[in-house]
Amino acid sequence: MAAIPIRHKSLVLLAGAVLLQVLLLAVQIKSDSRGSLIRVWTVTAISPFERAGAWCIGGVKNTWHRYFALRDTELKNENLRRQNDQLKLEVGQLQSKAGEADRLAALLNFRDAHKQIPMLAARVIGGSADNSSQVVYLDRGQRDGIERNMAVITPDGVVGKVIAVFSKESQVLLLTDKESGVGAMLADTRVQYPVGGTGGKQLALKYVPNDDPVVLGEKVVTSGMDRIFPKDLPVGVIAQIKPGTPFKDVTVKPAAAFDHLEDVIVLLTTQPLAPGNEPGARPPANAAKPLPPPAARP
Amino acid sequence: MNDTFDIRGAESHIEVYKFRMGTVVIVTALALFLQAMFPIHLPRLDILDLPLLITIYFALSRRNPSTGLLLGMVIGLLQDSLSKTPLGVFGISKTIIGYVASSIGARLDTEHPAARLALIAVFFGLHQGIVVLIHRLLLAQPEPWFTARLGIAAAVNAFVGVLLFILLDKLRKT
Repeated sequence: MAAIPIRHKSLVLLAGAVLLQVLLLAVQIKSDSRGSLIRVWTVTAISPFERAGAWCIGGVKNTWHRYFALRDTELKNENLRRQNDQLKLEVGQLQSKAGEADRLAALLNFRDAHKQIPMLAARVIGGSADNSSQVVYLDRGQRDGIERNMAVITPDGVVGKVIAVFSKESQVLLLTDKESGVGAMLADTRVQYPVGGTGGKQLALKYVPNDDPVVLGEKVVTSGMDRIFPKDLPVGVIAQIKPGTPFKDVTVKPAAAFDHLEDVIVLLTTQPLAPGNEPGARPPANAAKPLPPPAARP
Repeated sequence: MNDTFDIRGAESHIEVYKFRMGTVVIVTALALFLQAMFPIHLPRLDILDLPLLITIYFALSRRNPSTGLLLGMVIGLLQDSLSKTPLGVFGISKTIIGYVASSIGARLDTEHPAARLALIAVFFGLHQGIVVLIHRLLLAQPEPWFTARLGIAAAVNAFVGVLLFILLDKLRKT
């Protein structure tokens, strides 16, 4: 049998490598699996460097801000910023329920209103190695009690949800990703529409009929209907409205600062956040089966 | 003779560059690490695809199609594992890029910056085309073929790639 010429050997190797990876893709799609050994090993190997990098860059930034630029002012600002973050969260919920006095009283403090939901602070240590997907890695994982589909927020607003969990890290799909979504509603009219990511920096308010009134600058908050995010968390503000067919093209500027995510909060529950859990709300007589989170559109 | 593209016959010697032990591994790890840090700390640099630039460089330098495609496959799979994309999307595209780059490097002398600039831009476009094809055919996700951002990204990556290659040339064994 004639030996395969060298140039054909590399072609055969190319075909074999491509075929192997196509099969790998097929297996992942069929089993809807995200956890594979390669992924676990790579994340485990690179995350210590990401933590170190985040720590170093944070240290350099702090050194600059605290010692070279307005040293005392920075320390005072740090304290004020911490207080402001807590107040923003409270004010966001107060403003959306201004017409209902009993709800306002129950929502004066976010932690009291949701004290049955344990929370965990986490730091963003890295992003995706692919610039078309919008995911970040947190320095908390399975050991800290994090599970898939847990909500991730900041005091400014909704950030995303956990899509993969490793031993000491977790992967979060940001709300701005094309495959992300959240159940939302307009803060003033309380009309519900889903909000999804666009792959860019803005979000899209979906399925808004051309007849429905939507105002520029109107606030969008979570509706709680996806059973992942608590109700009345800031999602964003309506930034642009264009007529379309069959629905309006509504762009939402996100409330959370996705450009400089550093510290986030993970809601440590995968139990559906039923309307009965909301303070001041009456639970339904026959509790319905929890709705699944919004499916990603292809 | 044109200095940019030095076409040699099969009998002529094509110089193959070798690197110090561990160079490829360290440079690859550094590229993946930096690519993961960009979205968080330097969002403007998110337009760069460092793993692709590294694949092209080592494939052009080693000039062996088998080595090039295997290196591309490994780098692509590692990049997939640090993204939300299924394993194999970047693996397949970088496998093909590694093979094509090595094959071209085995036939052309591509040391001139102008040649490198053109090649990187073409490979970037080809890489993105393969990724879109995979998304459309295998993942049933309608991705656009061409966007203005892609054009800008190709130009930026080509320019940065030329500078990066000059730095990486210092790591060659003399």
